[in-house]
Amino acid sequence: MTTPLLETRNLTIRFGGVIAANDVSMRIEAGRNLAIIGPNGAGKTTFLNICTGWIKPREGQVLFEGLDITPLPPRKIVARGVARAFQIPQLFTEHTALENLLIAAAAREGLRNPLQNLHQIRQRDEMMHLLEMVNCADVAHRVVVELSEGQRKLIDIAVALALKPRLLLMDEPTSGVASSQKHEVMEILVGALAQAGVTSVFVEHDMGIVSRHADEVAVWNTGRVQLRGTPAEILEHPDVIRDVIGEEIA
Amino acid sequence: MTGHSTSSPRPAPGSRGLPLRSLLTALGVLALAVIPVMAPGLQLLVNLALAKGLAVLGVTVLLRAGQVSFGHALFFGVSAYAGAFCVAALPGADLVLVLVAGVIGAALAGLLVGLFVVRYRGIFFGMLNLAFSMIFWSILEKFYHVTGGADGIRLDRPTVLGMELGRGAFELVLFYLAIALVLGLGWFTLRWFASPVGQLFQTIKTNETRLEYLGLSPRRVLLSGYLLSAVLCGVGGSLMGMTQGVVTPEYVWWVRSAEMVFIAVLGGAGSVRGAFVGALIYEMVRVYASAFAGDIWQMLLGAFLLVIILFAPGGIMGILDGLMRRATPARAPARTKEAGQ
Repeated sequence: MTTPLLETRNLTIRFGGVIAANDVSMRIEAGRNLAIIGPNGAGKTTFLNICTGWIKPREGQVLFEGLDITPLPPRKIVARGVARAFQIPQLFTEHTALENLLIAAAAREGLRNPLQNLHQIRQRDEMMHLLEMVNCADVAHRVVVELSEGQRKLIDIAVALALKPRLLLMDEPTSGVASSQKHEVMEILVGALAQAGVTSVFVEHDMGIVSRHADEVAVWNTGRVQLRGTPAEILEHPDVIRDVIGEEIA
Repeated sequence: MTGHSTSSPRPAPGSRGLPLRSLLTALGVLALAVIPVMAPGLQLLVNLALAKGLAVLGVTVLLRAGQVSFGHALFFGVSAYAGAFCVAALPGADLVLVLVAGVIGAALAGLLVGLFVVRYRGIFFGMLNLAFSMIFWSILEKFYHVTGGADGIRLDRPTVLGMELGRGAFELVLFYLAIALVLGLGWFTLRWFASPVGQLFQTIKTNETRLEYLGLSPRRVLLSGYLLSAVLCGVGGSLMGMTQGVVTPEYVWWVRSAEMVFIAVLGGAGSVRGAFVGALIYEMVRVYASAFAGDIWQMLLGAFLLVIILFAPGGIMGILDGLMRRATPARAPARTKEAGQ
């Protein structure tokens, strides 16, 4: 059996009386786009937080490419090839979109020359290309705080991609994006991920997005992986229709 | 697609009026350079102001990361005392050696204190710095046999490249050395702000979570700027010590730290030029106001700062930049937001 890109073994964590992860064991193979769905409070974001070292599990392990990364802080997990994009974009709000990416490139390359201008680093063209990939080249020189939520989402993901990760964990990549633009944003994202050869795990509430853009779906409920399968299998499952999708779509 | 903004890119702060600003800077430096000839009575005052301006620049560096230190006089004092001890141990020590000893002292103190205080932010960061400076002040006061207590210790005139100079010549050398250091370190700080490491440092102000998720330790990033700020304060302290010829615990007294923050805000929080412009104006007001309004000069300074905070939060440099923008016709929007002022 090949080593999965990411593997969790018996992850358990509670917040008071709430069980956010209950003996979660799952494998994520390289090259796939895995969607995590489930009701609010099911533990989806907590799972991403544990996998990136922001929260430490009470029990269990997280392995990346077979190496135990459970005790590592986020920055060391990032250095191993795991990047994170957030539900609320985490950007440097006083910098432009391009500067956010240049800073990420400088962090990746360990640039420390105090006399080199950030805008003149060798990776500038690469970062511009990345902005083109996420369709944000035209806002490259705008200060992030002036951009729309959708643009900020894309730039947040581009910053994560600038780190050249092998795995990208995204929390609701289309939340805050206008309904009419969600599929367009996701098309851009999935295209950029495929182009960069990055495996992704994304939390998503929009079943339309999941059915169209995920290779695989994991259903999260009360801190457990309730079901896992292809979008077609999962979205027609009666338990999913009852617990996650609800009557509206059913 | 995703609701692109239709407005034009924001012009770089201060990008308009750049040639005018450079011209004014050059004129300012020229005006300083001719002071020993044209207004020798101002030489000492300006020398002290430039030394203080370098220390204020150290505080300004931290302001770029959104942190205020109420104890940076610590590095000012450590450097001055290191220079004084150097001259005491090596009579006839060279000015360069005294300066280097001071900078090394400030850098070591910056590293030791920095390793601790970079764990904290905001008011805790500010007050811990104050606590360290007051601990050092107590040591200086109490270890009388080593530090001279409240009387301080003499910093005998060092040699200059092996030459023993008279007081006038030495003060002239110090004056031009101060101008050279202001220009060199001011230029370096501007470049550092615009560099990858300086830009990373400034992100402490806006998003440490993203910094961590870029694979970097926010504490280590803050420490890099903290060290620079300590060294800048140290250079200022060394210059001040050599200019005054005596070093006392007053160098690290909390009022000195508060004065640095005061001048940084007055000049323009985060502005490199503002640190020196603020220091020059502050010293002028302090000296002349205390001469002509001895009882109320602190009140005048306080009122001046209130006016600046209320009506010109960009400080004196903010006012000057505004005037320069008005004086310079608008050009095509700048492509990028430039760092540093």
